[in-house]
Amino acid sequence: MSKRIDVKDLNVYYGDFLAVEDVSINIDAKSVTAFIGPSGCGKSTFLRTLNRMHEVIPGARVEGEVLLDGDNLYGPGVDPVTVRSQIGMVFQRPNPFPTMSIRDNVLAGVKLNNKKISKGEADVLVERSLKGANLWNEVKDRLDKPGSGLSGGQQQRLCIARAIAVEPQVILMDEPCSALDPISTLAIEDLINELKDQYTVVIVTHNMQQAARVSDKTAFFNIAGTGKPGKLIEFGDTHTIFSNPVEKATEDYVSGRFG
Amino acid sequence: MTSTLTPVRSKRSQLTKGQLPKYAPYAVLGAALIVGAAVMALIGFNAFGWGIVSALLFAVGLVSWSAAAEGSRKAKDRLATCLVVGSFLIALLPLISVIWTVLVNGIPGLLNPGFLGNSMNGVTGVYDNRAVEEGGPVLGGVYHALLGTVQITLLATVISVPVGLLTAIYLVEYGNDGRLARAITFFVDVMTGIPSIVAGLFAAAFFFAVVGPGTKTGAVAAVALSVLMIPVVVRSSEEMLKIVPNELREAAYALGVRKWRTIIKVVIPTAISGIASGVTLAIARVIGETAPILVTAGFATSINSNVFSGWMASLPTFIYTQILNPTSPANPGPSAERAWGAALVLIILVMILNLAARLIARIFAPKTGR
Repeated sequence: MSKRIDVKDLNVYYGDFLAVEDVSINIDAKSVTAFIGPSGCGKSTFLRTLNRMHEVIPGARVEGEVLLDGDNLYGPGVDPVTVRSQIGMVFQRPNPFPTMSIRDNVLAGVKLNNKKISKGEADVLVERSLKGANLWNEVKDRLDKPGSGLSGGQQQRLCIARAIAVEPQVILMDEPCSALDPISTLAIEDLINELKDQYTVVIVTHNMQQAARVSDKTAFFNIAGTGKPGKLIEFGDTHTIFSNPVEKATEDYVSGRFG
Repeated sequence: MTSTLTPVRSKRSQLTKGQLPKYAPYAVLGAALIVGAAVMALIGFNAFGWGIVSALLFAVGLVSWSAAAEGSRKAKDRLATCLVVGSFLIALLPLISVIWTVLVNGIPGLLNPGFLGNSMNGVTGVYDNRAVEEGGPVLGGVYHALLGTVQITLLATVISVPVGLLTAIYLVEYGNDGRLARAITFFVDVMTGIPSIVAGLFAAAFFFAVVGPGTKTGAVAAVALSVLMIPVVVRSSEEMLKIVPNELREAAYALGVRKWRTIIKVVIPTAISGIASGVTLAIARVIGETAPILVTAGFATSINSNVFSGWMASLPTFIYTQILNPTSPANPGPSAERAWGAALVLIILVMILNLAARLIARIFAPKTGR
């Protein structure tokens, strides 16, 4: 239940502005890949092109190929909705649906698509997803309460439960811990470690220690200056990137001598 | 070991030095009222002038006392407080005056037996003359007008809510601020400013052209009212849809939910409380329209429960005709009483709608809590 992603020569544009230039990267199945780099270097933009979420922004478009187990996401006739149901996403700020209970939030992917599901199956799915997100014990007695009543860290895990309830192949995480306290961050990081047994996980983070802790491979993005496109500088094993990088820019960044 | 505690002398705190005592505003108010009454007694007393003079005296007195005792910063603060409170009272004055007048004049009409249950069918000047000369009950009521108002407004709502809501959805979700979206926004703004009589003439002319000359029914009035209502619904729904966080849409898209489903199942439920109260306020805005109903539905004295045929009464036109053409020209008193009663009913109706809007907003509001 996980697929690999191969990106070939990808350029991302906002209108005429080239935001990310010429990225090629191979993301293995059942692994955690971290994207690091300074703000505005196009990590999040690039992450969003991996499940076509960038198309929500008017004027955004890409050139190049993104292959999910060999199938091009940008091939003719590919429906972005199909892509997104296979590649789930967790956002920077926890965003549970305020009108729904905890249970309905987990079932959102099923219910919003009007798929029929029996109550028994739904119960099983809710329990499995919440257990998968390490949230079951905290919320099992109040599944019918609104999701917005949870703490920030719990809300973020609820969003992860919601993402894995649709059984995607890949989970993209856009700075999932940047709005959370250290304890909730630890809970999410533990969860990422467990998720990689079943899913391909790609995570954008500003926290280099976090990248070092959770990821198998790390990609470093950088920009030459304001208005210039972001580029993939170096991609390799996390250990190599942090201890013995090839590029000077990477070494400066990971050792804090940036700029 | 010697005690380091020294007894605290009870005296006025240094921290509150130079402040006016708590009772200062009340004392100045009392003095202003007395002096104001004295001034008014010299030039001829009336309550309104007394209020104005006292308010001015109060402001001048409090601010100058404060300037002397507390310094200029505090005095400016007091002046600003006086201005804010004064403006508030001035804004409140017409509202209280209207409610008071309508209550005083309307309650006798409302308490007439059968006022809410009877129409004006068969009530002629003869009965009104008898009521005045012999002290009998004032006959007739607003049932037909109340029925007409409710039906016309309901039909107008049924027409304008789908049109308005769908327009708002187009503008927020699909318009992308393109040329069409901007044109729609512009024309909606123009429609907001249309005088209501023009909307009435439009509906009348439209039905004259389509159905036949002289078509005056409740439905024509409903069309006229929806011309007035649609821009209000579009505007309020648009604002409500805009404040739905984009993150919720993205969350739904990321789950592989289609855009139209996202709108129906996530965006609208999140905004529904605001939309519902906006619609209710739009209804409250058109329910008292008189001119467009006069030219589209005419006025009737008997019950007509079919909006699609025949002239129809409504509360505003009922008030208008009762005042302008009293049932008994010799004794307009009973007609005026009925008109005020109808005005009170109309105000109560609007008030109920406003309360309903708040209730709806509370019921539909996204739940919080643990």
